[in-house]
Amino acid sequence: MSRILAVLYKEFLQMKRDKLTIGLIFMLPLVQLLLFGYAIQTEVKHIPTVVFDQSLSPESREITRAFTASGYFDVVAATGNYQQVTQLIDRGTVKVGIIFPPDYAKQVRSGDTAAIQVLVDATDSMVSNSAIATANSIGLLKSQQVLAEKVGQFKAPYDIRVRPWYNPDGITAYYMVPAILGIIVTMTMVMMTSMGIVRERERGTLEQLMVTPIKSYELMIGKIIPYIALGYLQITVALLVGAIVFDVPIRGSLLELYLLTLFFITASLGIGVLISNIAKNQMQAMQMSFFILLPSILLSGFMFPREAMPVFIKALSNIIPLTFYLTIIRGIVLKGIGFAYLVPQVTALLVFTVILMGISIMRFKKKIA
Amino acid sequence: MEYVVTTRELTRRFGNFTAVDRLNLSIAPGEIYGFLGPNGSGKSTTIRMLCGILEPSAGSGQVLGYDLASEAEKIKPHIGYMSQKFSLYDDLTVYENLDFYAGVYSIPYRERRHRIGEMIELASLSGREKDLVAHLSVGWKQRLALGCSIVAKPSILFLDEPTSGISPTSRKMFFTIIQRLANEGTTVMVTTHFMDEAERCSNIAFISEGRLIANDTPDQLRNQVLSGVLVEVEVAEPMQWLAKLENLPYVKECSLHGSLLHVLLEHENKMADLRVYTNSEVNPITPSLEDVFITLAKRDRG
Repeated sequence: MSRILAVLYKEFLQMKRDKLTIGLIFMLPLVQLLLFGYAIQTEVKHIPTVVFDQSLSPESREITRAFTASGYFDVVAATGNYQQVTQLIDRGTVKVGIIFPPDYAKQVRSGDTAAIQVLVDATDSMVSNSAIATANSIGLLKSQQVLAEKVGQFKAPYDIRVRPWYNPDGITAYYMVPAILGIIVTMTMVMMTSMGIVRERERGTLEQLMVTPIKSYELMIGKIIPYIALGYLQITVALLVGAIVFDVPIRGSLLELYLLTLFFITASLGIGVLISNIAKNQMQAMQMSFFILLPSILLSGFMFPREAMPVFIKALSNIIPLTFYLTIIRGIVLKGIGFAYLVPQVTALLVFTVILMGISIMRFKKKIA
Repeated sequence: MEYVVTTRELTRRFGNFTAVDRLNLSIAPGEIYGFLGPNGSGKSTTIRMLCGILEPSAGSGQVLGYDLASEAEKIKPHIGYMSQKFSLYDDLTVYENLDFYAGVYSIPYRERRHRIGEMIELASLSGREKDLVAHLSVGWKQRLALGCSIVAKPSILFLDEPTSGISPTSRKMFFTIIQRLANEGTTVMVTTHFMDEAERCSNIAFISEGRLIANDTPDQLRNQVLSGVLVEVEVAEPMQWLAKLENLPYVKECSLHGSLLHVLLEHENKMADLRVYTNSEVNPITPSLEDVFITLAKRDRG
């Protein structure tokens, strides 16, 4: 016990003197949240659009208005020839081109199917998906209106009423902020612990410790506890920024969030400790941390929904602690659910912690070479 | 006699390279055991094995009756170690470093303040307790490292080149502390390249390429290693004479010491011959440890 306390106290002293690290601990959640919370918008609106209207009729203008009124298309140019449409798209000035044929109005009036061509620059799938979906639904809606006018009394055969729960307004920040919090904690925990232990190896202080009666697990516990405290500090900063700047509601119990977060912190620390066990120097530790971080960001469901992943990749995402924590934090923050619904995720994180720490403690021998 | 350290055929290999080759050592309690040898001769490797942080490849060893391979953890509470490289925390103060090691060695809280005070006094660290280690000179750092390694009052102290890179005054100060510890009953095993320090050891082991090639008291080494008579020759252009003298049939060894040549002759009666040959002063001298080691190293290479 005295040995664990000695390590603990030493770590706190060192952290206190490391101004850069302290700064990072606070600035990381602050800056990352402010940047990404605003920048990451999965819903793409205001797509620059060019209109090539050969019909020049009230009917074509009505459809153009419907497109702009949706908020998804901003008509930034109108042109008189097809070639210029392709040029603008090629150049990237616009992402969408709407083309009305010369006989468009005539077809509408005669009751024929009137064709409107919508060209979409699909290099960025997020933009093009948004454009395509909106264009299609505008088409459907307008068709219905025209039909209704023709038939007079008209009742749609189906009425699908969608109610988006938990985030009815579709505010991206609600969904992103808790996830960014998860990323920040993984990043800090994995890097700081791995570097912290490898640094002792590099400076020779670990060799000095190996000659003392300290036990491997005592050293580990003493080194890890300060990082758990740092993790909580970061989460608090992140939640405050989320609540104050982005108005993210915390619908579940804050206490439960803090308690369950412990398992995520320990699992992330486990990765860090394992890296420090393998890495010979800080450079290697850094590289290995990045090797872990990138899949965490890409596969955990932070960037892309896991539902869309191929079976193999989805299975792979199950060995990333963040995957489970995202379910936990989004569940508590947005859905207001509690531990009872999150048992599988918490169990998974616990298993990660036990396995990673177990391997590290067993691998860490008080021997050099 | 009951030895505190014994090794039998202790060997350590790194791949194909044998760093320590069938080493047999015995260290008596309270000795200052000087461990000498050229760079890369296996001194640090041996000490690391004795401290229980490096596994021997073959052979065995005991420290305080505990086996190196199977009971390494039992050895650790009773030994102190200073590695070749400074390995304390730069971002902690002198006092905090001592306090940390006091905690790691489980010294009870009540005694800690007193014990740290003792260490500060012993290692002459007073006045700078609150300074960050990063701001200390090498000499101070080494004394602090010594203080940290003896905070638990170990019965054996392993020091791996504790005085390399520090000023002569600091070296002297350091060795006085070591002598004091030995007087109080601590066994000290120390590696060094300095002959004046070797002279102060009660026993010297000389190793080369991982093998023990001599082990005795400084006096015995001086008297027994060199057979023949050692003389000092004062010549102009000693470098040129060195090659000439080495080829003389009655000259066993010849080495350069500043502007003087030390020549080992087969017999006293060759002094006159040498005087005539060089046409200069030839005076018999008492061999220094340095002469001994030069001879040992040459003999080993030959």
